[in-house]
Amino acid sequence: MSTSTDYEYKAQTGTGRIANFVDTRVGMSPIVKEFGRKIFPDHWSFMFGEVALYTFVILLLSGTFLALWFDPSMAALEYEGSYVPMQGVEMSAAYASTLDISFDIRGGLFLRQLHHWSALVFAAAVSVHMLRVFFTGAFRRPRELNWLVGVGLFLLAIVAGFTGYSLPDDVLSGNGLRIADAILKAIPIVGAYLSMFLFGGEFPGHDIIPRLYIIHVLLIPAVILMLIVVHLFMVVVHKHTQFPGPGRTENNVVGFPVGPVYAAKAGGFFFIVFGIMALMAGTTTINAIWNYGPYDPSPVQAGSQPDWYMGFTDGAVRLMPGTWPWNWEWTFWGMSIPMNVLLPMVPIMVLFALMAAWPWLERWVTKDNREHHILDRPRNAPFRTAMGAAGVTFYTVMLVAASGDLIATHFHVSLNDVIYWLRAAYFLAPILAFIITRRICLSLQRKDREIVLHGRETGRVQQLPHGEFIEVHEPLDEYKRYRLVDFPDYQVQPPQPNGKGRITGTEKLRGRLSRWFFEDRVAPVTPAELEAAHHHHEAEAVTAGPQDRELVR
Amino acid sequence: MKALSQQRRHPLAVLVLMVLALLLTGGLYAVATTTNEAKAQTQTYTAQDVEEGQKLFLANCSTCHGMDGAGTPSGPSLVGVGAAAVDFQVGTGRMPMQMNGPQAEKKPVQFDDEQVQQLAGYVATLGAGPNVPEQEYLDVAEGNAANGAKVFLANCAMCHNAAGAGGALTRGKYAPSLMEVEEKHIYEAMQTGPQNMPVFNDANITPEEKRDVITYLKTLETAPSPGGFALGSLGPVSEGLFVWSIGLAVIIGFTVWLTSRSA
Repeated sequence: MSTSTDYEYKAQTGTGRIANFVDTRVGMSPIVKEFGRKIFPDHWSFMFGEVALYTFVILLLSGTFLALWFDPSMAALEYEGSYVPMQGVEMSAAYASTLDISFDIRGGLFLRQLHHWSALVFAAAVSVHMLRVFFTGAFRRPRELNWLVGVGLFLLAIVAGFTGYSLPDDVLSGNGLRIADAILKAIPIVGAYLSMFLFGGEFPGHDIIPRLYIIHVLLIPAVILMLIVVHLFMVVVHKHTQFPGPGRTENNVVGFPVGPVYAAKAGGFFFIVFGIMALMAGTTTINAIWNYGPYDPSPVQAGSQPDWYMGFTDGAVRLMPGTWPWNWEWTFWGMSIPMNVLLPMVPIMVLFALMAAWPWLERWVTKDNREHHILDRPRNAPFRTAMGAAGVTFYTVMLVAASGDLIATHFHVSLNDVIYWLRAAYFLAPILAFIITRRICLSLQRKDREIVLHGRETGRVQQLPHGEFIEVHEPLDEYKRYRLVDFPDYQVQPPQPNGKGRITGTEKLRGRLSRWFFEDRVAPVTPAELEAAHHHHEAEAVTAGPQDRELVR
Repeated sequence: MKALSQQRRHPLAVLVLMVLALLLTGGLYAVATTTNEAKAQTQTYTAQDVEEGQKLFLANCSTCHGMDGAGTPSGPSLVGVGAAAVDFQVGTGRMPMQMNGPQAEKKPVQFDDEQVQQLAGYVATLGAGPNVPEQEYLDVAEGNAANGAKVFLANCAMCHNAAGAGGALTRGKYAPSLMEVEEKHIYEAMQTGPQNMPVFNDANITPEEKRDVITYLKTLETAPSPGGFALGSLGPVSEGLFVWSIGLAVIIGFTVWLTSRSA
């Protein structure tokens, strides 16, 4: 301890004394020193995780406010608040208290809208963050487990949203619960039991709102919070990924330290996000529950849709034919199985399973078990980008189908035609998206290759003494060239025999997938190719220094 | 009386009973339905109105509805549709129809008020039907918005959307937006069931309740949206679009700005 030495640090300022007092008791300085020196690379697409985190904080704050006034009870009462069109209407305490929050509690409507808008942006930010991680290959070793945590957070965001917008007990939220009930009941054998268990008897019963409430305000936020901690902990352990660039390797991170740069940037960004959310909440209506009226199982109003993050499930059911080409309600041993509800859920589950398993799938096909800290530009992984585009397209077709009725009214087309076209798109659009995206990626790679080898076209045309016309190409700056040539060159890995000299069926499948993924590829420019190209273009005064060999791997 | 009871096992007794029962229910139904019409048929049209109306009808409507208004393969019979139907269809510009389609669209009105009245007067002479509503059932000052909301949400919102913003029907048909529709046209639409709309007669929704519905719609129309921009009152789809377009664009703008200023 410092008492045994001659020297004890004496702080000069008041703040310093307080800091020193705390530090000598709990020893914060090594932690601050370590964490303050963490380096984060700069790229706009790296900030969506932050947006998700900040909107989650806003959700916690605004949700706490709402919980103080919301009454999660399905007891019937007569509304006596200040919203005239609902006065004297019989409704549940949950709906009445939501109306009170909206019309009779100071700032209540603002906070309700802040909460709901933040939920939409939270789900959107999580999705965009996941797409960024996927398309840049940031999920590769060592980050596979963090990808799984991310998938878990994405699913929890959806559940959090659904349990949240089901709480006000208006017609729209009741419709959503009714569909959830229908999907539960569609599960063979256990479906009816599950539904009875969740709703405490027949739908809607008197238990579902209190149950959803405790799931929404306690269970889900707690699990999300826990997963966020794990997620961020792993980010610190793995360090942040970075895009290729000069000086950036698999063994370093080039960027700015947390203290002071990122602490300020991230802290400021929180207030920016809060400001954007507050602006939206203060100016724009969301979920006008006063229009929908108290829940009544009989009506389903025109334009009933779930919030956007649930939309794809709604769309999947809308796309499913009712009786064509045969009746989809099948009966086995006296048990009826509504395939028209069950079947659309199967591709959705396959989509999510593929998403969760993708890091392992890709590793299996490419046989690439190396650590990756340098990100892929999406064009440099055409197979992955194309698969991702196909998945996004499939999801989007379902999401669009959920708003088929609004497309019909707003574009003056027939609702039936919209659904017919989307049914075709459900099967064809992902395939088209795969082919088109892959071709675009390969063309962009060829363009990059062209620029690396021959420089940029300047548009200046010169006539040589012997009469030939050439266009002057401007050689590429070495720093920019680095970005264009630094990417892993995956090649077809044909099936290989195992220890017993046999090629197994799985290995054959892997070989086929590998050929499908990497048969068409554009290789990164090699130093030799660059050398040859420069020789060829000597007339255009390309400067090729010896350092090229290091820059171009 | 004794003679009647002795005949009760006669083979034709069942038939007689059946005829009596049918007469009774039919008679009751006729009484029930005519009470609506009797109440409606109050506004009177002069002989000159009817005469002018017939001229307008022959010039503008008879191609499809027939010279005597009894209908042709291109247009339905107008016998018994009443003045209310004409006032609605012609008064909102839906008739004369611009072109064949899934349903007649609202467009600029083709006739002036007097001509609409004359046409209505003529069509009313073709057969008894609902007349244009009386002023007292259109006065929103008398209506009850809360009851109107109840009736509207139970009967109308399925097609017209909870906020009256309209919605899609099958095969290109649709329920139009109810915003900025005249009171009497809302009333007449409920009463006559134009296009694909069902008829809500006075036994189903009483004239007072119709007035409440109109009051609720006018409340929605005139009261400022409590939460700010209503985004067309279309619900979660427009909210999702708003987040993914404007919301995300603003956020991306800030992320680009923050990361472009490298310390």
